[in-house]
Amino acid sequence: MLKHVAATLVTSSLMLGSAAAWSAETITGAGATFPYPVYSQWADAYQDATGVGLNYQAIGSGGGIKQITARTVTFGASDAPMKPEELAKNHLVQWPQIMGGVVPVVNVPGIDGTQLKLDGKTLARIYMGEVTNWNDEAIASLNPDMDLPDTRITPVYRAEGSGTNFLFTHYLAQVSDTFANSVGEGKSVAWPAGVGAKANAGVASQVAGTPGGIGYVEYAYAHQNNLKVAQLRNQDGQFVSAGSDSFKAAAANADWKHADGLYLVLTDQPGAQSWPIVGASFILMPTDVKDTKAAEQALKFFNWAYNNGGDAAASLDYVPMPDNVASMIRQDVWSKVQGDNGKAVWTN
Amino acid sequence: MLLDATPGEQAALRREHRRDRFFELSTRGFALLVLVLLATILGSLIVSGWPALAKFGWGFFTEDRWAANLNRFGALPAIYGTLVTSAIAVAIAVPVSLGIAIFLTEKCPRALRRPLGTTVELLAGVPSIIYGMWGVEVLAPFLQSHFPSLFPAGTGLTTAGLILAVMIIPFITAITRDVMQTVPPMMRESAYGLGCTTWEVTRHVIFPSVKAGMVGGVILGLGRALGETMAVTFVIGNNLFFNPTITGQGTSIAALIANQFPEADGLQRSALLALGLMLFVITFIVLALARVMLNRMDQRAPK
Repeated sequence: MLKHVAATLVTSSLMLGSAAAWSAETITGAGATFPYPVYSQWADAYQDATGVGLNYQAIGSGGGIKQITARTVTFGASDAPMKPEELAKNHLVQWPQIMGGVVPVVNVPGIDGTQLKLDGKTLARIYMGEVTNWNDEAIASLNPDMDLPDTRITPVYRAEGSGTNFLFTHYLAQVSDTFANSVGEGKSVAWPAGVGAKANAGVASQVAGTPGGIGYVEYAYAHQNNLKVAQLRNQDGQFVSAGSDSFKAAAANADWKHADGLYLVLTDQPGAQSWPIVGASFILMPTDVKDTKAAEQALKFFNWAYNNGGDAAASLDYVPMPDNVASMIRQDVWSKVQGDNGKAVWTN
Repeated sequence: MLLDATPGEQAALRREHRRDRFFELSTRGFALLVLVLLATILGSLIVSGWPALAKFGWGFFTEDRWAANLNRFGALPAIYGTLVTSAIAVAIAVPVSLGIAIFLTEKCPRALRRPLGTTVELLAGVPSIIYGMWGVEVLAPFLQSHFPSLFPAGTGLTTAGLILAVMIIPFITAITRDVMQTVPPMMRESAYGLGCTTWEVTRHVIFPSVKAGMVGGVILGLGRALGETMAVTFVIGNNLFFNPTITGQGTSIAALIANQFPEADGLQRSALLALGLMLFVITFIVLALARVMLNRMDQRAPK
């Protein structure tokens, strides 16, 4: 234990030291792990293009909010948006930078998981420990043509606080009142049944190794691990498969224009093609910038990402923000990122 | 007293005296530093855990779940998991370690003694994260495929207990072997000379004289088991509901803190620190009990 502490202290002080040394040409940010793969790809490409690096510490959404509130980083990142009143209190603005989908992955012996159909209510009952067998009536009635095995269901969930947890529980709480009242939504909840695994990767490997397992991960992880993603019934009553098309369909229906403080969670969106569990990952920056040069560098990076980052995002199965939303953000949100003199940092 | 010393000698004596004094003060300072550190850690845990303890009172120990989103923080699942996993670990590790130690000191051919002993010590040096990975990649799938009714997911309190047992065996073995080696050869040889079997020698000659040292080894192992974080987090199943199970999923204090602390805020943070205080208290109680046990043994031992 002591060894761990000492090692952590040494590495973190090294990290602090090097961060200070780079700060001249490096943008510093911290927060969510969900968008980390795409942010790091953008960072590499951006450094090649401009010579400006990005030092992004994927410490989790809560940590990102804490650090930007304390102004120790130039930007923070969070999967769960901050409430408008909290933004105002801390002199922050937020905007969505990238979107992605959370998907249920299943490991049912003898069944092609991609053909398995589930709905939100059943998913909620599985995770509350009420539906415990794959041939339960609730699942069988959704899959009349399938020969479901008599295998115990092992629900797998994220053990640590995470934005993925938030999106998933937010969705289940929306579609099931019982779930909302007993388990509730949040980044960290107490699941009545099942197994907690660490991080997206941990959930993916636990499901892969557990006959009868079901889990939820960010789509890229399901893809990389060749896991079977079940179909979900959306708000319009249609069963949809996960993938960039259905994520985009859900994102297209998002009404960013009228969302106060851009507070919007994209779960259970209308539309025949919409995937029901889609979420945006948010960037947070202060409205009272101290280091205007650093803030300008950061905004330039996010602008570059809106213009050039789409392909990298799509290759990792994330959904880039639509152009009209991006230009709205440039105009309405970035103009509020101001220096001491009250002038906007973003000028183009 | 220094009347017949020359001024030079007197100066040298004074210098020596000053040096002695400095040495004494600095060593005392180091020793006190430990006390200060302990008090500071305890103090800061109490201060930062107080908001949660004050809000929940006894509910902190009786609430059956740790649900951060509902602001319901119950330490019961974590305390239960910590005690059960450690108990399983000690129950498995003690007999195995004793066996290894007896074999190494009594029965082992000389050529094997060094390599075997070194292997055991190397096992103690394996970082806990390696045990965690082994647990999640090898042990959990093994349990799952061979005992699917007991371990439907492979992970759980027993899995964590097994990993912990492997982790603490080298500690207990090393200490037990070392204290067994301190038994004078004369005693051993006399017993053998009277026609005792190896079992009788071990039982009646060696055990009585090394009991205290062995208990020390067990306590050291138990201390590690109670506080082990990384390996346990991987395999314990991380279920935050209280569930009186032995093989099912649960959580331990250290695992819960490791999982939630990075994202914790406000009351949740305070509750986690209060949980840290609980671990502190539990470890302290265990150590104190061990002390009492040792004292009792000393009194009972024939003088």
